[in-house]
Amino acid sequence: MIAARHAPILITTALFVALFVLGSVQYEGFGTVHVFLNLFTDNAYLAVTAIGMTFVILSGGIDLSVGSVIAFTGVLTAILIQSGWPPYVVFPLVLAIGWAFGAGMGCLIHCYKLQPFIVTLAGMFLMRGLAIVISERSVPIEHAAYDAINTMGIILPGRGFVGAQTLLLAIVLACAIILAHYRRFGTYVYAIGGDAESARLMAVPVANTTIRIYALSSFLAALAGIMFSFYTSSGYALAAVGLELDAIAAVVIGGTLLTGGSGYIVGTVVGVMLMGLVQTYISFNGSLNSWWTKIVIGVLVLAFVCVQRIQRPREDN
Amino acid sequence: MNGLRRMFAALKRHGALWPLTALGLIWLVILIANPGFFAFTVQDGRLFSGFIDILNRCAPVALIAIGMSLVIATGGIDLSVGAVMAIAGAVAANLIVGSDLPVILIVGIGLCAGLAAGLMNGTLIVGLGIQPIVATLILLVAGRGVAQLLNDGQIITFQNEAFAFIGVGILLGLPMPIWLVLFILAAMLFLTRGTALGMFIEAVGANASASRHAGIPVRSIKLAVYGIAGICAALAGLVATADIQGADANNVGLWIELDAILAVVIGGTSLMGGRYSLVLAVIGALIIQSLNTAIVLSGIPPKFNLVIKSVVIIGVLLLQSSVAQAQLASLRERLST
Repeated sequence: MIAARHAPILITTALFVALFVLGSVQYEGFGTVHVFLNLFTDNAYLAVTAIGMTFVILSGGIDLSVGSVIAFTGVLTAILIQSGWPPYVVFPLVLAIGWAFGAGMGCLIHCYKLQPFIVTLAGMFLMRGLAIVISERSVPIEHAAYDAINTMGIILPGRGFVGAQTLLLAIVLACAIILAHYRRFGTYVYAIGGDAESARLMAVPVANTTIRIYALSSFLAALAGIMFSFYTSSGYALAAVGLELDAIAAVVIGGTLLTGGSGYIVGTVVGVMLMGLVQTYISFNGSLNSWWTKIVIGVLVLAFVCVQRIQRPREDN
Repeated sequence: MNGLRRMFAALKRHGALWPLTALGLIWLVILIANPGFFAFTVQDGRLFSGFIDILNRCAPVALIAIGMSLVIATGGIDLSVGAVMAIAGAVAANLIVGSDLPVILIVGIGLCAGLAAGLMNGTLIVGLGIQPIVATLILLVAGRGVAQLLNDGQIITFQNEAFAFIGVGILLGLPMPIWLVLFILAAMLFLTRGTALGMFIEAVGANASASRHAGIPVRSIKLAVYGIAGICAALAGLVATADIQGADANNVGLWIELDAILAVVIGGTSLMGGRYSLVLAVIGALIIQSLNTAIVLSGIPPKFNLVIKSVVIIGVLLLQSSVAQAQLASLRERLST
């Protein structure tokens, strides 16, 4: 018997397999290791962001600032590296900035009892604005380390390539699963998402945890920003616009309840992969307008939200 | 002097004191930066002034903020307004290019598209019990895709003076968008304050289950506010489309949901629901547009626009929060002793 809480992940996985088989039957060159592994390479930064978003949504919050944090990190990284700073100084610095920014938002949300979505909305404006202030134009990155890391990887049979992006995603995923399911912090996150008031009464350190949740989300978004700067070899202030919505959609498709308290990190990654596969399928098809991607993702989110509702008896509204 | 004090008290009671003070301060900055900015001149039967310009530019945000106020008053939120603008614009542009329907009918069909989108949001929220932020997120993601499909991925441009009138037309010396805002504001004020609807909306936002037990049709009211928000967004979309004589599904109304929510919040409406003011929401939209103008006029490069805006939002949010107010009060006490 399948537990009801596992159902969304299984549905997502089944959809992924079904679409992959469908694509393989329909198009030559679709059902290959190459296409499958490229899903990870092309969506690694989104997956890392979405993993951070999963923690936020599990706690019953939302983080709209992640796309801007990616853009800000990318621009700052590009500018600093181009002005001669070594990458091993720049990366910890931008990650620390991301962490501190998230902690600040968490503080505002918890200490001043402000709604997460409006605080992170302001954060989104702020980060996007700071990125534009640093540079309105796209800044190319030319550095030996970038070339080295971008070509680094393991070559598999069937033109398969596991690059640095995929490896980093695997590390982040492993750490996030440990953090969510085998550490006290994860238990606190689920408890707050289930019922913040009960959690407080059970002596869960709500303030500390809330701040750490948003700090973690922004930290991972900053990491995704670094990954994105490798992916594009540049930093651009208007990059990753609307990425927060993709990340939220991936979390929902991955089976996490938007009200918080229930869901799995690994589901989110499957959700990202399914979204990536939809995009690949549409580009293989060629005749379909690329805007179908957005519509299909919208329909998927709708379907999964409905599934969540059927699972859980409706609360009075 | 007494009358002035009474006026202040009345403004404070309605929560209008802070927004109006902010607006006054921004206008003062504009005046210092450019003393002739607000001067009125009449040319070709049309009134010209920086003031009219601000009013005209803030029209789309103001229209949406009116609908958004009602949604937020019920404790909800509508993130899909920008996408609805794109859909309404695409529908209208395609009808203008591809059919011989009279303009008034095309406008009607465009508004109906907005109504349909709003009712879809409302149905998801009321019928399926989905949280508003998620339900409207779906249309935010998919809506622009729908508009792109209608436009077949192109920017549909057209030449139609009658339709363009709602975006760039001049009526009695004033641009048409200003009249539309005034008309919608008056109509909504009558609809919600002239009847019991406004009170019902606030009751639903304050306590939905108590309202239901009191016999208020909670579900119909929620459905209605999302429908109204859809119509307002569609009208804003038609104005924006008529303004550039083209439907650009990618860019029309991009990020406008944020500006509209901001306008409502600056106007003093609580995001928790339960009370609202349409007039203050429009003033909020005016503040945002004045801020944009002030930034440009004061010589600060426009790239600082977003940073300044976000700092203002955080400031307003903090001022509204009861925790910060308590902290301020205790600080004042400590300073005075």
